[in-house]
Amino acid sequence: MSLTAWLLEEAPRSRLQARLGQGYAGWRLFSRNPLAMAGLAIVAGLVLVAAAAPLLATHSPVAQDLAARLTPPGAAGHWLGTDDLGRDIWSRLVHGARITLAVVALTMVLVAPVGLAVGCVAGYRGGWVDAVLMRVTDVFLAFPRLILALAFVAALGPGIENAVIAIAVTSWPPYARIARAETMTIRNSDFIAAARLQGASAARILWGHVVPLTLSSVIVRVTLDMAGIILIAAGLGFLGLGAQPPSPEWGAMIAGGRKYILDQWWVAAMPGVAICVVSLGFNLLGDGLRDVLDPKQR
Amino acid sequence: MSSPEFLHPIGRLLLRVTATLAGVGVTLFGLLLVTFVIARVVPVDPVLAVVGDNAGPDLYDRTRVELGLDRPLYVQFGLYVSQVARGDFGMSVLTSRPVTEDIARYFPATLELATAATLIGVLLGVPMGVLAAVRQGHWIDHLVRVIGLAGYSIPVFWLGLMGLLLFYAELGWVAGPGRLSIGYEDIVEPVTGLLLLDAALAREWEVFGNAVSHLVLPAGVLGVFSLAYIGRMTRSFMLDQLRQEYIITARVKGVSEARIVWRHALGNIMVPLVTVIALSYAHLLEGSVLTETVFAWPGLGSYITSSLLNVDMNAVLGGTLVVGVVFVGVNLLSDLLYRLFDPRAR
Repeated sequence: MSLTAWLLEEAPRSRLQARLGQGYAGWRLFSRNPLAMAGLAIVAGLVLVAAAAPLLATHSPVAQDLAARLTPPGAAGHWLGTDDLGRDIWSRLVHGARITLAVVALTMVLVAPVGLAVGCVAGYRGGWVDAVLMRVTDVFLAFPRLILALAFVAALGPGIENAVIAIAVTSWPPYARIARAETMTIRNSDFIAAARLQGASAARILWGHVVPLTLSSVIVRVTLDMAGIILIAAGLGFLGLGAQPPSPEWGAMIAGGRKYILDQWWVAAMPGVAICVVSLGFNLLGDGLRDVLDPKQR
Repeated sequence: MSSPEFLHPIGRLLLRVTATLAGVGVTLFGLLLVTFVIARVVPVDPVLAVVGDNAGPDLYDRTRVELGLDRPLYVQFGLYVSQVARGDFGMSVLTSRPVTEDIARYFPATLELATAATLIGVLLGVPMGVLAAVRQGHWIDHLVRVIGLAGYSIPVFWLGLMGLLLFYAELGWVAGPGRLSIGYEDIVEPVTGLLLLDAALAREWEVFGNAVSHLVLPAGVLGVFSLAYIGRMTRSFMLDQLRQEYIITARVKGVSEARIVWRHALGNIMVPLVTVIALSYAHLLEGSVLTETVFAWPGLGSYITSSLLNVDMNAVLGGTLVVGVVFVGVNLLSDLLYRLFDPRAR
């Protein structure tokens, strides 16, 4: 029997086969969408560039060369030119990819579990627990995210770690809402009632049955949110409240190039292009994942 | 949750409105709590900020008591709420004026910018979204999708910088940063604070023209993001409507295609569209923080950021609170409009 036939068997004989078969079917659907594949390629590219940054960089990201300051792109071995301190912009972008990836990954790790936990508990327990948790969620949703993140950074002090914390604090409410809505549709299903009758504890039902079923919606939303998180982190960097110099964070690099925008446009333009490409990648990937993972859209 | 059936529809509406208002009250209380907590975790000593580093221990202790910082936290929170309720956000360290006065001075500039941007978004976004839905696969359809994607992918401050580079520096079509050029300032007496309105009222058309030339670019940059959202939503709402059976009925009856699209279908999406427009308006407040910084636009956003960089916490929290309240207010308004105009939502 060929591998494809095994994967697509109508009646899978083990849990593993069923899971792999489902994954394969999803992948076939996903890979037929060229935009989603482009998004995947961009995100994979970001990971590769971040991993191989020292190999790809032609110069040190922080080494200054005042003799070669504000070199235009292509000249003297600087593919994308140099900034006001003579630092190679390509090398800084490549190293900045690590910061972008770290911000995205850290926020995801901090935010998704909190949103899932709050949403699933609120949706499963209902009653006053639900009312209280959803009120708290509403309060956080009532602020525009960037403004709330700004206020938190003001309190914690500028810096990339605090920026991540501020973004995380302002990012969890939408996940809680989604997880809650999903949980409420699952809560009254027969299989949950069956599990409860067999004596399963609330924790076991939540962890074993509810969370896995809400996970795909949350994953889709997280992927779509990544672009927004990158933009907010870059915005904080641009305002001087995120990553601090000489860190090659893309938003901070744009802020550094702002003074020279009229004559040496490339200093501010290049990091902006990098931000656009990466956020576009996450958006396309998220759209593609939604088509595959969200059965309601099909 | 169903309302009691015996109530008159208007009575039911009032009941819902009361419930919504109570929810808003809780949210506002939460906003205050959040800003209060932020103010407490700041590593800056609020007493030192008032008395300065060289004050003796006597003065320090007296100021501490005056500021109420020796009381329990819940009493402090009560004091804070009553202050805010009276419109007192304290003094700004940076401008040495009351924060309330500062906000009143800077807010109209943000209002003007956000309104202009929303107008651009609505006037372009709605027709484009409609056309995209009617002619799927047409270039307008692709344009709406590309702008929709761009609106979620491009950093607003970067687009602003690129706009300055192209339209101000290279082409010279628009004026540069700021609200007015030097030489046009202080001609018009501020009445509403909305420069365009003030200039028009005073019949200072040269000032008006200059203000428009300054406004076009930042409003256009923000407008792209408003356009992205409104266009995308209009398209999807219209697609939904055009699939409905009443459209087929209208076609069978021989109603003209233009009337079907612009009267029947568009008329039916007006209510959700108003909600989308209100939401995008509220989100422009967020975009305005970065846009105002790029364009040196003297609005609330640049006020908050410049206060932030100078650790002027009264100003930061006052500004944050005002933005939060406006945000809640706009959402509430759109919610009420929705209930009022859509009988199904009552």
